[in-house]
Amino acid sequence: MTALDGAGAVHGILRYATSPGSSSFTEFLSAAAPHLMPSAPGAGTVAPHGTTIVAATFDGGVVMAGDRRATAGNLIAQRDIEKVFASDDYSLVGIAGTAGLAIELVRLYQVELEHYEKIEGTQLTLDGKANRLATMIRGNLGAAMQGLAVVPLFAGFDVEVADPSLGGKIYSYDVTGGRYPEQYYHSVGSGSLFAKGALKKLWRLGMSRDEIVRVAVESLYDAADDDSATGGPDITRGIFPVVMLATAAGTERVADDELGAVVRTILAEREARPGA
Amino acid sequence: MSMPFYASAEQIMRDRSEYARKGIARGRSVVVSTYADGVLFVAENASSALHKVSEIYDRIGFAAVGKYNEYENLRVAGIRLADLRGYSYDRRDVTARALANAYAQTLGTIFTEQQKPYEVELCVAEVGHDAEGDQLYRLSYDGTIVDEPQFLVMGGGQADAITEEMKRTYAAGQPLEAALATAVAALGSAGGTDGARRALPAEQLEVAVLDRTRGKRKFRRIAGSGLTALLPAGHGEPAGEPAPADTPPHDRDESGGE
Repeated sequence: MTALDGAGAVHGILRYATSPGSSSFTEFLSAAAPHLMPSAPGAGTVAPHGTTIVAATFDGGVVMAGDRRATAGNLIAQRDIEKVFASDDYSLVGIAGTAGLAIELVRLYQVELEHYEKIEGTQLTLDGKANRLATMIRGNLGAAMQGLAVVPLFAGFDVEVADPSLGGKIYSYDVTGGRYPEQYYHSVGSGSLFAKGALKKLWRLGMSRDEIVRVAVESLYDAADDDSATGGPDITRGIFPVVMLATAAGTERVADDELGAVVRTILAEREARPGA
Repeated sequence: MSMPFYASAEQIMRDRSEYARKGIARGRSVVVSTYADGVLFVAENASSALHKVSEIYDRIGFAAVGKYNEYENLRVAGIRLADLRGYSYDRRDVTARALANAYAQTLGTIFTEQQKPYEVELCVAEVGHDAEGDQLYRLSYDGTIVDEPQFLVMGGGQADAITEEMKRTYAAGQPLEAALATAVAALGSAGGTDGARRALPAEQLEVAVLDRTRGKRKFRRIAGSGLTALLPAGHGEPAGEPAPADTPPHDRDESGGE
């Protein structure tokens, strides 16, 4: 044996472990398999677009909801797309923007958080998760410049907060990766102006879970009322918004049966007030 | 020009095997066994931060003995391989068999090509949809891979004695509490003075399960009060010096662990 024999050589699976100190799956992926990184096609591509997302805090957590419509130009590309996801046990991410790119970004973000947790043996703090998402959007800046912007909304339950009733937090982003903590509620996407207007009138401090689910659904109803790219609840097909909650108990998707009842109540009340 | 000394290939391999085996025998043992709801990992480990048992993927767990820096490196590589496969194909396409093969290739190459073999022994376990689907793979320092049907014991100077005890007491399909009691009793059956049993308190154990009844991620650590509640009331002599996560260095007395 001489010193040249295999000294410093990296064997098999260990080539994946040669950069100690990094617990980031995104960094690993861009080095080990760059072709798998989400990337945008050239300018002028018409791809399905996702639309309105709302998030609001309530007593003991945070809710996030998204309508089900994706548009391509003036066509409805899909009527049951899902745009709100649990990124891990205590956080939610919703996306407005080019759907294919956005869903891939969310998938990468989910693996990113789980990867960190498995390697480090502990979860990132909620602020750490929010910052990580900002870095990933910044990495996507070139695509954003071409009009394929992906603008997520991030919300989660902060397990380290002293008062669990105030654990719900919301963060918004811009295409440069700027990260902004939001108070109370926020909305992104084409119908966000109308959804925010509705939230302004409907949201109150310290609402219960059932109250906030209704507020989220109603604000999306208002967005769909005035924005053609946002889909309203579809009773004939049984397609309702995706509504998810993050609380101390983890994340939860509100069942369609419950949403169906909420939607019918809203419709009945609106029927009684045709001007609303 | 000096001629290198001649050593037969057989001699070189024997020396390396002996070196690796000695290193692995310095630490404490790990027992991995199947139980009613999946796979149970029990390690004698006083450190709550330097783990011997870890989650790799949704249905896959990992346990290791030997040199900490070496198996930690392998663990991280395994998580990265699994996450990469799951991201590029689908989460269900990540299997323990593929991962165990990757480890076997790597350990085999290191054993034959590097000056110093890895002083580690690994277990890659996967929980199935039913008891027949559970898989345990044992990987040795030289890349040998063995598919164990029910349980395996790795590391420590008393691994053979603990294996014998497990053979005597193990029963397939036990509930968690009974399976844990069996594994802890087997770990405590060796290493006591004059053959006395050692009582292993919760602080000296690292316990985790792959539980098929859980949601997407089947791996769960059991520690603190949850573990104390599951453990049988202790009997036998105190466990003595706590077992570290890493094997003691080579220049320490061989009997230093006991």
